[in-house]
Amino acid sequence: MKNYLVDYTLHLADNALILGHRNSEWCGHGPVLEQDMAISNIALDCIGQARNFYQYAAQLSGNGATEDSLAYLRDAVDFKNSLLVELPNGDWGQTVLRQFFFSGYQYFLYGALQKSTDPQLAAIAEKALKEVTYHLRWSSEWVIRLGDGTAESKERMLHALEILWPYTEELFQPAGYELAAFSEGYGVNLAGIRTDWDEKIRSVFHEATLTLPNETGMQFGGKEGKHTEYLDKLLDEMQGLQRMYPGAEW
Amino acid sequence: METMDKNITVNDTLEEVRLRIWKILETVPDPEVPVLSVVDLGIIRDVFPFVPPLVGWGILVTPTYTGCPAIDVMKTGIRMALLQEGFTNITITDTLSPAWTTEWMSEAGKQKLKAYGIAPPQYRQSVCTPDAFQKEEAIPCPLCNSYHTRLVSQFGSTACKALYQCNDCKEPFDYFKCH
Repeated sequence: MKNYLVDYTLHLADNALILGHRNSEWCGHGPVLEQDMAISNIALDCIGQARNFYQYAAQLSGNGATEDSLAYLRDAVDFKNSLLVELPNGDWGQTVLRQFFFSGYQYFLYGALQKSTDPQLAAIAEKALKEVTYHLRWSSEWVIRLGDGTAESKERMLHALEILWPYTEELFQPAGYELAAFSEGYGVNLAGIRTDWDEKIRSVFHEATLTLPNETGMQFGGKEGKHTEYLDKLLDEMQGLQRMYPGAEW
Repeated sequence: METMDKNITVNDTLEEVRLRIWKILETVPDPEVPVLSVVDLGIIRDVFPFVPPLVGWGILVTPTYTGCPAIDVMKTGIRMALLQEGFTNITITDTLSPAWTTEWMSEAGKQKLKAYGIAPPQYRQSVCTPDAFQKEEAIPCPLCNSYHTRLVSQFGSTACKALYQCNDCKEPFDYFKCH
């Protein structure tokens, strides 16, 4: 029987790692010092969560896997992250809108995962939820500030929304291992957290004077290993050193 | 007891040894906030002897934040400090649940933080939800004690801190945020 627990854990890890890496690209480039530090802190939290999941996945899969081999030595086709997290950062508005969509998703996901029948997944979720609460508050504030800000900030948020919205549906479209994870008791029912996420998005968008686009042209595939070209480029950079000098440490 | 470390005499009870280990842990600093010991920080969850035939002591440690880079340094610090006092059989184990909270910070730790210029965490966390634009109850300035302060950013120089500024004395300061 296929071990879906490993795939499910890797999926959780990949989502956190790739978004953490994207956010880390802002380090030293944020619009102001305080927000540069904020997005870098969020990147650090995401990578910390990814480490916890990778360590567990490595322990489960055995065969000499480590958190580093899972992060640095797998190819794009093996990555199980959603397309949303691998997209380029765009401008600040696009970055904070993506963070808002994803933190909202993680907030309800981890909330439910705390009740997982797998004690390690439940423990990681319990810990990570406290961090995600800060991320969701921070990103909500930015969506409101920019959506209900100046004519230019609003225009940029609408532009960001146009780019990102087609990638939101995938978060709730379960991959095979997510269905198995739910039916085996250790995974989250995505349909169950969908309503909470919708409600959160609607209430923040209302305050931000933004309206949701129609659900057309939704994009899927990342969770099953079918990625955009952006992931290849990201992995090129992130994995380059380990691929060139295996086992390098500093 | 003869298999115990060399600094433990046969007359020591387990409780005495346990207290001695706690005392040693109180000398191990958090590298990012060096006025705090790992004990002040509340990350040491248990100190326990292994049941024979296993020898030595276990230290149960929980991280503050999942991405906190200081945790590895603190574990090395714990190992070194105990080794220096003759404890060679030490096993440091991680635990994630229950998740670390600032409520576990010692009272002495909070005083030390304030003296160091970092506002200690509030006794009760008043902001626990993700709703936008919430603020903790007024955080007093660690320099002039004024409550007339403002939040600059929820995220500071390390994962555990937020940035504040005092509206009276103008001092920018770190707040060890509730978690």
